[in-house]
Amino acid sequence: MIIKRLIVFTALFVIWLMCTWPFSPFDLQSFIAGLLAAGIVLMIFPSTPRGINSSKLSQPKRYIWAVVYVPVLVWHMIKANLDVLYRVVHPDLPIKPGIVKIKTSLNNPIARAILCNSITLTPGTLAIDIRGEDIYVHWIYIRKRSVKSHTEEIGGRFESILKKVFE
Amino acid sequence: MSYTLGIIIIGIGILFDIGGCIGLIRMPDVYNRLQSATKCVTMGTCCILLGIFIIEGINPSGLKALLAMIFVGLTSPTGAHSLARASYRYGVKLWKKSVGDEYSEICRQPEHPEWEQD
Amino acid sequence: MIFQIYFWLLLLCCFLCIYRIGTGPTPPDRAVAIDIVGTVVVGISALYTVVSGNDFYINVAISWALLSFIGTVALSKFLEGKRFDE
Repeated sequence: MIIKRLIVFTALFVIWLMCTWPFSPFDLQSFIAGLLAAGIVLMIFPSTPRGINSSKLSQPKRYIWAVVYVPVLVWHMIKANLDVLYRVVHPDLPIKPGIVKIKTSLNNPIARAILCNSITLTPGTLAIDIRGEDIYVHWIYIRKRSVKSHTEEIGGRFESILKKVFE
Repeated sequence: MSYTLGIIIIGIGILFDIGGCIGLIRMPDVYNRLQSATKCVTMGTCCILLGIFIIEGINPSGLKALLAMIFVGLTSPTGAHSLARASYRYGVKLWKKSVGDEYSEICRQPEHPEWEQD
Repeated sequence: MIFQIYFWLLLLCCFLCIYRIGTGPTPPDRAVAIDIVGTVVVGISALYTVVSGNDFYINVAISWALLSFIGTVALSKFLEGKRFDE
């Protein structure tokens, strides 16, 4: 518990330092204000992020998979943008929208949040709600109609990497 | 050299921005508007900030541009997700040519928080 | 010169969003357009850092990104009919 709070405190203080970057070396006021602000934020919001424990934080393999995740996401984002540009500029507006349900096998809350954000940024999909292990996704062009194929096509490309990072 | 590269990347970002805003005008209902606008404008703003980082190099404002890129990339999809759920609960119907809706029966049921507090 | 063209194009984006705010048939449409305007303004403010050579504006971009997110979440809670603390 103490270690988790210390991690959150350090993260807040580093963000403060980056926001007030051009500091002179003897400028103590800014440092003290940052320490006070981070402490007050921790007092107001005492709950720490769930799903991270210190044994997971000390395995370097997870960090390597987290670095691998970024170019995969960027590649899908570029494809998504070209897809949206094509649909927007096309005079007939080729869309066939609807809401579908997909399954996820992730249990970690942070991994689920990252999965939903990635689904929102990838081609033609927008995560709407999550209940239990179902994610409801608004899809701009539905081709097939079965939960399994939708799960393969939407969530499968990120889930394997996220499982290696978080579980 | 880095100046020219930065200018080109900023231009690509602004192209994506304009595409997203045209999608905001042309698409027929809230969810499609949210899709096109969120994806394109997030990517476009990230491209603009990346171009600014390339132009400025490693100095305070360049690194702050990277920080703003992380913030935009984290907060924009979350906001879109929350707006989509809110507009469904508000009662906005799907477009009349939509194919299927598997969320309508589950929407009225109460939520059960299944994560235990540690 | 090229930056002037960029600023005019971003201003065009803002006007497209303002058109949607004005004519959106339902309240969620207007909320979506307000969210998008916030993200576009982050880009404008960051671009002004390069043009003016003044480091101040990138701070405006960072705080605008965070405050726009909080505004969006508050608006969506309001549309959903919940109170702000759940």
